[in-house]
This record gives sequence, structure tokens and C-alpha cells, in this order.
Amino acid sequence: MRTVAVVGASLAGLSAARSLRRQGYDGRLVVIGDETHRPYDRPPLSKEFLAGTLGEADLGLEAEGEDLAAEWLLGTRATGLDRTSRALRLADGREVRADGVVIATGAAARTLPGSAGLAGVHTLRTLDDARALRDELARGGRLVVIGGGFVGAEVASTAYALGLDVTVVEAAPTPLAGPLGETMGAVVSGLHADHGVRLLCGVGVKGLSGEERVEAVLLEDGRSVPADIVVVGVGARPCVEWLEGSGIALDNGVKCGADGRTSLAGVVAVGDCANWYDPRAGAHRRVEHWTGARERPDAAVTALLAGGAVEPGVPRPPYFWSDQYGVKIQFVGHAAGADSVTVEAGAVDDRDVLAVYRRAGVPVAVLGMNQPRLFTRWRKQLAAMS
Amino acid sequence: MMIPACRLADLPRGEAFRLDIDPPVSVFHTDDGEVFAIDDTCTHQDASLADGWLEGCEVECPLHASKFDLRTGAVDAPPARLPVRTHEVVVEDGMVYVRVSTDAPNLPPCVASRLAGGPA
Repeated sequence: MRTVAVVGASLAGLSAARSLRRQGYDGRLVVIGDETHRPYDRPPLSKEFLAGTLGEADLGLEAEGEDLAAEWLLGTRATGLDRTSRALRLADGREVRADGVVIATGAAARTLPGSAGLAGVHTLRTLDDARALRDELARGGRLVVIGGGFVGAEVASTAYALGLDVTVVEAAPTPLAGPLGETMGAVVSGLHADHGVRLLCGVGVKGLSGEERVEAVLLEDGRSVPADIVVVGVGARPCVEWLEGSGIALDNGVKCGADGRTSLAGVVAVGDCANWYDPRAGAHRRVEHWTGARERPDAAVTALLAGGAVEPGVPRPPYFWSDQYGVKIQFVGHAAGADSVTVEAGAVDDRDVLAVYRRAGVPVAVLGMNQPRLFTRWRKQLAAMS
Repeated sequence: MMIPACRLADLPRGEAFRLDIDPPVSVFHTDDGEVFAIDDTCTHQDASLADGWLEGCEVECPLHASKFDLRTGAVDAPPARLPVRTHEVVVEDGMVYVRVSTDAPNLPPCVASRLAGGPA
């Protein structure tokens, strides 16, 4: 391989570029990113960066003096991939021909239909999003967060600490029921009420009111919640539109094998846009976790450089963390298949708890709230079981 | 100064012992039987490396997965970007002693400001 192009310059793309060099690839390396920024860390955007305790310089993902001998094409989006020549088309008209391609284009925040152009309405995904939201939160007022998922809950927690009046609106009866299950979803989202943040569940959002600037969030049950600032945190969609017509199989992102290989030889996909086959689950699962973007590119790069001649290893069970209202939340595994949840240490009411999810008696997932030591033990145990 | 940490017999392989000095230091007993001491606090955020995932001569931060080399203190990849200090370990008559480094520690911003008496 003489040229490898990595499309996407966030954690997954950077990790892939690092793995390429670490695994001995010494050819031309091109990294393409649609944002103008060097690779930066996204988890603090809803927490310390939004709170103002971390600055932009603290977010950089590259080590001091790190040089991957790559050509960085930043501030330009890839718009297409030619399947025969493996040439990438860029929005600025350039073309990059590559022998190997790593797709790491991530995901984009979903928006609310009809909210475009209304001042005071935000999504949170990028550094630019976070700058804009941070500046608005600093002025105070009433914040309504639409969506009780992790991004929404972290924004609510940060804004609460900044002294804003916060309301969270969630369409489902229990927030976080998808990732954590009903029981523990209710426990974790109980952190809002513990701190006097209003949580309205089981009610959808009909729309927003306001002329130039948002004034209220209109709920489907007829209520209207006054708002100076609105954050829409209703999930993310994989950024793969640019691959339509390329011949690469797409299905909830880029459809991949257990090592990140796509349906096209010489092309792998990693990070939030990649829907990898999970041998543990026997199904494809698109994982949007930081740790997946950090760990999986290594396997994908191995497969890319070897042309698929290696037996893929089983990745560690998916792990993520969240910080809300001073509570460290950690989760590993898949809650979806569990038929029981047991509190093994601490107490739910203390928000200090270790809960183990089991399926037919076998642990499949673990949740920790302020239990890092026990959690790590369980995480190791879960990884060793697979 | 040599500080007594714990008896080696009380520290099974694969386990860590946190010495509650300021800033805290952790002693690790690897699966291969070696004993190392490093600063206990991750240089990225306030997390105890004694609670982390010990594998070979590396410990992974329990929160955000940066790995520190027990021999050198070096970190493999962000979010942590600064190394932890390493400390000399002496095992004598079954007792583990630590000679705490006189270098300045690389503490995360929230812990550094707390120690300095500033806002957390």
C-alpha cells in the first residue's frame, strides 16, 4: 500500500492513523477532517469545557511533539468514494487516490424539525457547538433540554451547577432505558430530581415557539415550557450519506465485519459511523462509545494492512462513562439481553451502587455509580468471560 | 525518606495498595511478581489508579482508559497527556517500602487547585 486515506479526524480517525504507523505502515498517510480543528476530545464538551473549567487547549488529543508524518486536510468534507479507483472526492474539489481507506466520519447530532434558524436552540456535538452553548449558558436563564439521554443529562447537570433553571423533557416513560434498562435508567435519571431539576417523561415535543429567538418548548400534551435556551439532545445519526452510491454496504452506518472490514476490499470503517458485527451478540451493533473509537481502529488497521488474512480478535465489551451531578457513572456490556438486575454493592438511594445485569444467571453488563474499584473488577471479569 | 507501605504477603499478585499520603502513592504487585510504585492519581482527572485495570506492567485508569507504564510512569495515549511519577520500591524482610520521588507531581487540574487551596 502506498497511500492510505483516513476520512475523519476525531478520536477514531486519529487512533487509526496512530495504529497505521505503530503497525509499520510507512507510506503516504492522508487524514481528512470536515472540522477545521486538530483532533480534540469530545466527552468534556458537555461537562468541564461547558462549565468553563477546561479550556480549548486542554482538549487536544495529540501528545506534545507527536508527529504521524501525515498530510492533514482539515476543514474539508469527503463527498464521495469511487469504488474502482478508491479515489475520494472532497467538497473543495480535490481528489485523493488511495490504496487503503479508513472511514471514520462519525455521527452528527439529530435535530428537531422546524427548529432551524431559531436563536437559542442548540445541539451539542462539536467544539463549535460547545463554544456557542457555553457562551449562552454563561448568561443564565431557563434551559430546557429535549432528550434525557447521556448528552442531555450531562448538559442539564452542568447547567444546574452553573445556576440555571433546568427542565429535561423525555419522550420515553423512563430516560436511559435503552442503554441501562428500565430499572437502572430510572435510578440514574433520578439524579435530576435529587438536585431539583425538573424531569418531564413520557411526553413528546410538538414544537418550539418564538419569532427570532426561542421562547418556549411546546409539548404534545398541550403544555408549554418557557425557555431562554433549548438544547436538543435526541441522539446522533451516522455520517454516511457521502457513501451512498459507492457500492459500500450501508445499514445503520457502514456495515462491517468483526474486524471493521466493509463490503469493499481495502476499505475499513471505525468509530460512531461503523456498524460492526459483534460475535458476542451474534448481531451487528453500532457502538457510539469513546472507548470503541479508541480501541477498535487497531483491529481494523490490522485487517486493512493484512488484506483480511488475520483472524479478528473479540473486542472488549463496550464500555462508557458519564459524569452527572458529581456522580461517576460507568457501564460495560449490553443491558438489552438481560433478564435480571441485582444491586451487589452500595445502595440505590445513596446513588452509590454497583448493579450486575444477568441473562440466565450469566453476567452480561455492569453499572457502577461512584464505584470505580469494584466496577473495574467486574469489567475485567466480563471481558475474561468472552 | 523510605515509607513502609504494606507487607508483601498482604499484597497478592494483580493487586494494588494505596498509600494515603499527600498526594497518594500506589504500590502494584504484577502478575509476574514485580513490585512498582507510582503516583495514585491519574494525571487527567481525579481517579485512583489503584482502582484501575492492571495488565502486565501497565495500569489502565479506571475511568477513561489511559494506560500508565509502571516502570517509567509514561502514559500511552490521551485523555491523560502527562506521565505519573515513579517511586523507588524496596522489599526488606517481607515489608514493602517506598522512597517517594522529590520531583513535582503531575496532578490533574481539579486536584492541583484543591491542594493549592483554590476552588475545586
